[in-house]
Amino acid sequence: MAAALPGIVVTSNDEWVEVAPDRVDEALRWLRDSADFDAAQLSNLTAVDRHDHFEVVYHLQSLDLNHQIAVKAMLSDHETPILPSAYPVYKGALLQEREVFDLMGIRFQGHPDLRRLFLWEGFPGHPLRKDWMGMAGTVPGLARFPYEDKAAPDRLMNTDNLTADGRHTGSQIAGGH
Amino acid sequence: MTAPSEPFVLNIGPQHPSTHGVFRLRVVMDGEVIRDLDMIVGYLHRSMEKLAEERTYTQNIPFTDRADYLAAMTGNLGLAVAVERMTGVQAPERAEYLRVIFAELQRIASHAMANGTLISDAGAWQTPLLYMFREREKILDLFEMTCGARLTTNYMRIGGVSFEPPPEFWPALQELLDELPARTEEYAQLLIDNEIFLSRTRNVGIISPEDAINASLSGPALRGSGVPWDLRKAEPYCVYDRFDFDVPVGKIGDVYDRFMVRMEEVKQSVRIIKQAVAQIPPGPHKNDIPLALRPEPGEIYSRVEGPRGEIGFYLVSDGSPAPYRFHLRSPALINLSLLRELGTGASLPDAVVTLGSIDIVLGEIDR
Repeated sequence: MAAALPGIVVTSNDEWVEVAPDRVDEALRWLRDSADFDAAQLSNLTAVDRHDHFEVVYHLQSLDLNHQIAVKAMLSDHETPILPSAYPVYKGALLQEREVFDLMGIRFQGHPDLRRLFLWEGFPGHPLRKDWMGMAGTVPGLARFPYEDKAAPDRLMNTDNLTADGRHTGSQIAGGH
Repeated sequence: MTAPSEPFVLNIGPQHPSTHGVFRLRVVMDGEVIRDLDMIVGYLHRSMEKLAEERTYTQNIPFTDRADYLAAMTGNLGLAVAVERMTGVQAPERAEYLRVIFAELQRIASHAMANGTLISDAGAWQTPLLYMFREREKILDLFEMTCGARLTTNYMRIGGVSFEPPPEFWPALQELLDELPARTEEYAQLLIDNEIFLSRTRNVGIISPEDAINASLSGPALRGSGVPWDLRKAEPYCVYDRFDFDVPVGKIGDVYDRFMVRMEEVKQSVRIIKQAVAQIPPGPHKNDIPLALRPEPGEIYSRVEGPRGEIGFYLVSDGSPAPYRFHLRSPALINLSLLRELGTGASLPDAVVTLGSIDIVLGEIDR
């Protein structure tokens, strides 16, 4: 594949092939039309936020040869990621690219109808990004396992009403019976 | 003199019986013919993929119930198989057979629902749907007997299944298996030669095999177009390679073919369950695994054949107990990729049965 597509294939290993992001459509078209790979179907398209870059992952499959190929494109621009749309090659990219655009904020050049899919127009930000901080900046992003390394908080006691030695300050309880 | 005419916009849904859930269609009509069609989804979006990044793999299993709520078992199974492939955890042999039995029961229940609502869309209002519900009800009773839940089963576990079925499960299952072929025959007699049903579904919503493959269709929507692709055959998971069953396909890819593929698949599922019941070995139903699995950093794309098609899980691990990225490939959403092309130029009633034949579940589309 690297020989047939000079300048497109960046690296490859047993699990996936990394291609140049600005020419990903050429790579997909070649894989679809090549007799050896026969990647007739785009099985899955999604993206991963790696904090400093995005990874767009294409899982292709051949129905006749019964094998799978994973293609990746790394987008180093984390602010305004953009790459060519796979829709001209695979119609199945239509809704999957809209989903990635909606939740990750990756733009696909040449997509016929790139709009948000699940969220409404005007929604602040793209929630599947790791740095997404919630609606209108009011809710901080949830920490992963916030209590993993700490003692569990005592949720039963409201410490505001306790004295320094741990007794309750409420007069109706203290002097009641 | 001709009457002046201009296109008008018709809104269908989000609350409408023919949209099968909270699904909205915005249709530009020219008389009875659709000129353009736009689908609006997201009313049921619960940001499962984001929430999953903060939960362990086991804690994520209930999300797969609530994604495709008409086929919770196959959703559970998809995640369990994906994590097992990722971590190398094995399920006992008995659990693999139980998984097959429950996944196939779920397929029958889901296909009954799909075909029942499709007939409703085609004009046979509610009666056939309630007939189909009769079998589905018995299957849900079997689920309830085993794991206490009918819809959101949360049954499959990483490394097995949660409960051994009670003793009364097996005679009830046998009774169901004995009567299902006769019931399918009954529906065939009622519907398949019915003039109205044929005229509503034949040569409507035709998808060519080339389009079906190129648009990433899977499940009965792909097989209805004559492509014999079934993950249970192509890359067998659990113990599917030990069973003898056929992959039914359609001829021309119209609504009728997709309907018939589902009817045939019910028969094949009965075949698989009968073989599984005959072969199931004794033994434990679950292996002991750590509560918080920490897979090696890496990724996996694993898929199983659900009632609506390929349920894929793309999991990325960074070595912590929760997935770094959790993506559920939704067959119902991706099967809608051709909806605009199919709807444009068709009449409105044809578009409604076409949508019904694709068999969508909004919980899974919106996630």
